[in-house]
Amino acid sequence: MDEPVTLITGTRIGIGRHLADHYLRLGHRVVGCSRKPVDWTHEGYKHYGADVADEKAVKAMFSEIRRTHGRLDHLINNAGIASMNHSLLTPTSTVNAILTTNVVGTFLLSREAAKLMKQKRYGRIVNFSSVAVPLKLAGEAAYVASKSAVVALTHVLARELSEFGITVNCVGPGPLATNLIRSVPRQKIDRVLEQQAIPRMGTFDDVANTVDFFLRPESGFVTGQTIYLGGV
Amino acid sequence: MEQTQLEARPDVPQHDVKQVIELIIDNVNQLKDTQGLKAPAQLDSATTLFGGDGFLDSMALVTLVVAVEQAIEEKFGTSVSLADPGAMSQEHSPYRTIGALADYAVQRLRAG
Repeated sequence: MDEPVTLITGTRIGIGRHLADHYLRLGHRVVGCSRKPVDWTHEGYKHYGADVADEKAVKAMFSEIRRTHGRLDHLINNAGIASMNHSLLTPTSTVNAILTTNVVGTFLLSREAAKLMKQKRYGRIVNFSSVAVPLKLAGEAAYVASKSAVVALTHVLARELSEFGITVNCVGPGPLATNLIRSVPRQKIDRVLEQQAIPRMGTFDDVANTVDFFLRPESGFVTGQTIYLGGV
Repeated sequence: MEQTQLEARPDVPQHDVKQVIELIIDNVNQLKDTQGLKAPAQLDSATTLFGGDGFLDSMALVTLVVAVEQAIEEKFGTSVSLADPGAMSQEHSPYRTIGALADYAVQRLRAG
């Protein structure tokens, strides 16, 4: 079998960038996207400047993937944004932006990926939620709502896409050293960590390991599941 | 590594509904051959696809619509989405007949 084709959203920085490196090292043909250009390069990596919620740009990207590779094996819906703020201080523009990127983006990418994957009757979709959902973190109402929606999408897509040989699962990391939490006070991070069974910050490799499991061909009977890291 | 900034497509030329009808019929016939779809021997724009006495169940409808989207992209070089919120309603569904689906596809092509 040819090297798998893996699409990862939000590859400019953070988890997405790490996952792109990880799957390139494993020999995958990696396609990535982000709103802003990436400042790194790698042989075998193709980048698109596309907002995950921009239907035209996303469809154009998938057209190119179909023309170039004729298939897609894996989709990792990593792109996401957060805003830590009390609900009474959160403008609706922020709520809309979070829901658009995190929920609409995940939906749109999954829809287009499934169309391509169903041709080969094989596919793996991995979504990103957060421990903020089961922990019901105060100060993150819009973010938690969006990441709860991602879990719900995972459940329903798993059922709708199973007959095409596509699994849909979800990983929910805890705090990691990424831009997403750079402005969160240390005290708040510590309070989250205290609620985990294993009270430490997560690492990129912890996330990659979980995604690896969902992507394995042998994981074809695992679908509709969410794994929260750190024992939440 | 290459980077591509994707832009909206230029104006799409006018397309003939007849061409799209033929394309839909081709795809129905392909699904008959490859997936054992049970469809009438004679297919034309008035043939009911979905709802009423249509021959597609909801999963076959999904498969046909996705196949038609891809065939349109291959033929016209333009990516269209034939997703529609009225899909499952009987009266105004763009999926009720081959002709309705062709009209809808051409409308989407023209909208770019």
